[in-house]
Order: sequence, then C-alpha cells, then structure tokens
Amino acid sequence: MKISAIVIRRFSRNRLSLAALFAVIAIIAIALLAGIISPRNPMAIDVHNVLSPPSLSHPFGTDELGRDVLSRMIWGSRVSLQVGFIAVGIAILVGTIIGSVAGFYGGKIDALLMRFVDIMLAFPTFFLILAVIAILEPSIFTIMAVIGFTGWMDVARLVRAEFLTLRERDFVTAAKALGAGNLRLMFRHILPNALAPVFVAATFGVAGAILTESGLSFLGLGVQPPNPSWGNILTAGKDNIEVAWWLSLFPGLAILVTVLSYNLVGEGLRDALDPRLWERESSKIRDKEKTPGVSAGN
Amino acid sequence: MLSYIGKRLLMMIPLVFGITLISFGVVHLAPGGPVEVETEMQLKASAQARENLKKLYGLDKPLHIQYFDWLRRFAKMDFGKSFVDGREVIKKIMERIPVTLKINILSLLLILCTAIPIGILSATKRYSLFDKLTTVFVFVGFSIPAFWLALLLMILFGVNLGILPISGIQSIDVSDMNTIERFIDQVKHLILPVGISAFGGIAGLSRYSRSSMLEVIRQDYIRTARAKGLNESDVILRHAFRNALMPVVTLLGLSVPGLIGGGVIFETIFAIPGMGQLFYSSAMSRDYPTIMGILVIGAILTLIGNLLADISYAFVDPRIRKAGR
Repeated sequence: MKISAIVIRRFSRNRLSLAALFAVIAIIAIALLAGIISPRNPMAIDVHNVLSPPSLSHPFGTDELGRDVLSRMIWGSRVSLQVGFIAVGIAILVGTIIGSVAGFYGGKIDALLMRFVDIMLAFPTFFLILAVIAILEPSIFTIMAVIGFTGWMDVARLVRAEFLTLRERDFVTAAKALGAGNLRLMFRHILPNALAPVFVAATFGVAGAILTESGLSFLGLGVQPPNPSWGNILTAGKDNIEVAWWLSLFPGLAILVTVLSYNLVGEGLRDALDPRLWERESSKIRDKEKTPGVSAGN
Repeated sequence: MLSYIGKRLLMMIPLVFGITLISFGVVHLAPGGPVEVETEMQLKASAQARENLKKLYGLDKPLHIQYFDWLRRFAKMDFGKSFVDGREVIKKIMERIPVTLKINILSLLLILCTAIPIGILSATKRYSLFDKLTTVFVFVGFSIPAFWLALLLMILFGVNLGILPISGIQSIDVSDMNTIERFIDQVKHLILPVGISAFGGIAGLSRYSRSSMLEVIRQDYIRTARAKGLNESDVILRHAFRNALMPVVTLLGLSVPGLIGGGVIFETIFAIPGMGQLFYSSAMSRDYPTIMGILVIGAILTLIGNLLADISYAFVDPRIRKAGR
C-alpha cells in the first residue's frame, strides 16, 4: 500500500489540515460521548434561571426556558454528525451508481442520465429541500434523505468523468478479455480507481450538509423542539436577539468551527490525493493519469 | 453567434420539461395529496366535500392526465389559485420577483466587483500576507452559516449601534421622504441583506479567480509578453486578465440557483417580501399551487442565468462561437 502511505505523509505535512482533522475527531468524540460529558440534562427546565448570561454554573448561559445551552449544544452535535454522514452517504451512493452507469455505458444512457443531472442542478436546491420537507413531516430522517437525494449530482459528474477515462485503459480491456461481466468491470475494476475525487467531495459534502441542516432547523423545518440542534438553538437566539447574545453566538460558532474543520480536511485531502503534486515527491510512484481537480464547496 | 444562442435555447426545452415533471412529482409525494391538506383545516369536511374539492382541482383524474392538464395551463402561465388566499399564483409570484431580482443583481455585482480584484491580487502576490489573509477569509466564507452572520450583524448594527434597520426593505414613513432620503433609506435597508447574500459568493469566486489566474500566469504567452518588455501591469491586465476571466463567467452562472435558494433564509430573517419568503410561507402552509409555481419559475430563472453565462462565455471565447456554427 505504497500510495496510501504517501497520501498520509502528504496530508500530515499540511499542518492546518492536520489540526482540522484533530478537530473533526474531537467533535465526533464529543457527539459520541454526549451522555457522559454533558454537564446537565439538556431538557431540564429551570424557571428561576431563564435567559441567564454565561456564568460558572452555565458557561454558555441558559435559554428562554432556563435550559443549559452548553449541554444542549453537546447533544445537538449528534444531530450534525448524523445528518452530515448519513446524508452524504446517500448522496455518494446515488451519485456513484448514476455516474458509473453513465460513464461506463456512454451513448444514449449517458446522455439521458446527464440531462437528469442538469435538471436537478437547475433547481435552487434549498427550494427543493424545503418543498419536500414541508410536504413530508419535518424530522431528522426526512432531512437526511432530502439532503442526500438533492446532493448527489456533483458526485455523479465526478465519477462519470473518471469512468470515461478509465474504461479505455488496458486493465479494463484485460479484465474484459478474461470474461468479467459488466457489473464486475464497473464495481470491482473501475470504481476502486475512481474513488479518490469522491472521498474529497464527500468531505466537502459533510460540511455542506451540516450547514444545510442548521439552516433548516433554524427555519423550524429541521429537528423539532424540545430536541436540541445547533440550528434550533439559534432560532431562540433570533427571538431573543435584543437580550441574549449568547444564544446567538455559541451555537453559530460551533457550526462555523465544525464546517470549517471539514472543509480544511477536504482541502488537505485534495492536495494529498492530487497526483500532479506528487511528481516532486517521489519518482518511484508509477505514472498516474491526471485527476481533474474538484472545485471547493458551492 | 445567433445560431449558437438558438441551439442553446433548443437544448433548454427538454430541461424545462423535466423541471415541470419533477416539480409536479415533488408535490404529489404528499400522502393523500393536496386535498387532505385543505380539508385538514376544516375538521367537519365531509367525504362529499372532499370529493367535490378533488373534482375542482381535477385530482380525481389519473396522475398523468393531471400532469398534462397542469402543463397545458402552465404553458399559458396559469398556475392556478393559491390555497391560502385564493389569489392567482402568478400574480403572487410576480409581485415578489422585483425585490428578489434587485437583491440578487446587486449581490452579483458586489461579488464581481470585489471577488475578481481580490483573486487577481492574491494570485499575483502569491504567499504574501494579503494572499494568506484572503485564504483565511475564503475558508471562513465557505463555512459560515449565512443566517448566523446575519444574526451577528443585526445584533451589532441594529441593536448595539442602532444605525441600521433590522427588517423590511423600506421605512414606514417612506412616503413622506424626498428622493435623496428615500435613496438613503433604501441603501440602509439593503446593505445587510445584499452584503450577506454576497459573502459566500465572494469567498468562492475570489478563490476561483485566484486559481484561474495562477493557471494563466504560467502559460507561455505570458512569458512572451514579459520577454518583449511589457511592464507587469500590462501583462496582468491585458494579457492574463481576459483569459483568466473566462472560467469565472461560467461559475457566476452556476451561482444563480444558490443565490435564489439562499434567499429563503435571509429574506425570512430580514422580513424582506421576496420570492424566498413567499416560498417559505407557502411551504409552511402547504400551498401546493404556489410551491409548484415557484419551483418551476426558480428553476427557469436558473436556466436563464446559465444561458446568459454561456452566451457571455461565447462572447469572450471565439472558439465556442465558431464551434457553434
């Protein structure tokens, strides 16, 4: 596994991305350990401590029902984590299948699928998401599904582009000559070689999904109160904007730091996986075809 | 050039068709369909009343016939009547479009005027302090929730400093103002929404024009321009700039759906009566005709944005113009 060793070495040379990776791991740990590290019960209402500013007993203050904001944020990180990973999982799955089929078969199937991609890209994504969520019931599951099913188009395009160049390569011809069927060719031989840009897109995708979820919860279409999420704490922040700045500041900061970390990891991963930047590193690596760059964010 | 535009227009037809199909499909995902929603409100609606409503909206017909009926009316720009107030959907949308267009065009202009100079400057002064600062700005711009930024700026300028209004697009007493006061009033109301909706775009586009510029600067013809003794500003502005600009134009077209869709959040926050806010309130009250109408019109506006981007791309790049013939 020479190549993966080089990727890891290249990634860890980028100190900012490495720091971001540690931040991501820490945030995941906080979400997983919420039950242990959360100082208070996130649902416990305290009518004597409504909207109290940050203090020793409530480091991030309390909300309009006297609940501890820090504890609610710790539990809310689970929402971000779940939505981020599951929504992107769906997007990767759908995008990879559609991109593989389009790139492998080409011709009419390709044209048809790519027009479908164009149509999906024409919709203002947020409108589409909002419409579906309003029609179905707003819940964390609806959100994951909807963000996933409206976010697969970039992945499909990336995978298709990889397939178009890879299917002409000798190892594919060889596998075909050995009698491999289409499915085997696509998913056992070509796909593993097409995954590098997908990893990068997935990392940026998690960042985007977390942002979208927070926006939806902020609008009241996401995670429903009393369950905490970073977005719906901010809704309370907006309602109490003139008296309680802490309700607006801390959850937003948490979103910013989390999304920023995923974006920086994605950037580091992209540089580490870009073969054009390898040449200087080591002449031992076999020549590899140029990977088209992935554009950051959207 | 004309034949190129014609060709692009023809290519849009199947896309528009697909857009209507998906918008229609999304709304009919609803369990029980639109009628359930309208009768939900009136608890005593009898089965007979439901049947009547279904007949009224043509919902008793098979789905594909409903779709073609809807499509036929859509071709005549008739989206039906709103479930909420019974007004024509097209009228409701049309009165919202000017505000949304105004904000989007202003923020597109803001993005263009700031992002491209920033990108070029940080490319020509690569690894300088300025370049590093813009890189930080770019990553924060990608990662910041726009509505949170809006909240913070509202607290700062609206609540603490009290110099900017925090909602609406004009003051209540606007009719008593003269032209200059009115203009200042407009600027004050628009500065936060436009700035915030442009923020992410500035980050994205400046990053993109930086890398596009870095790509161009490495080309042979730039070395040639330098070798023949042009001064640096001529090399950058006359030789590199035009070529670096081309991919940027396409990206601008692609950013249109993001701007329109992003409008939902900050139009709601700032209580701006635009398409985004209308869409949000329609979605909350499950006003299906309005939802379908805005979905279709939003997507078509996006297609038009892409078309304009492609045309201006062809305008600056003769290779595409020629190939289109």
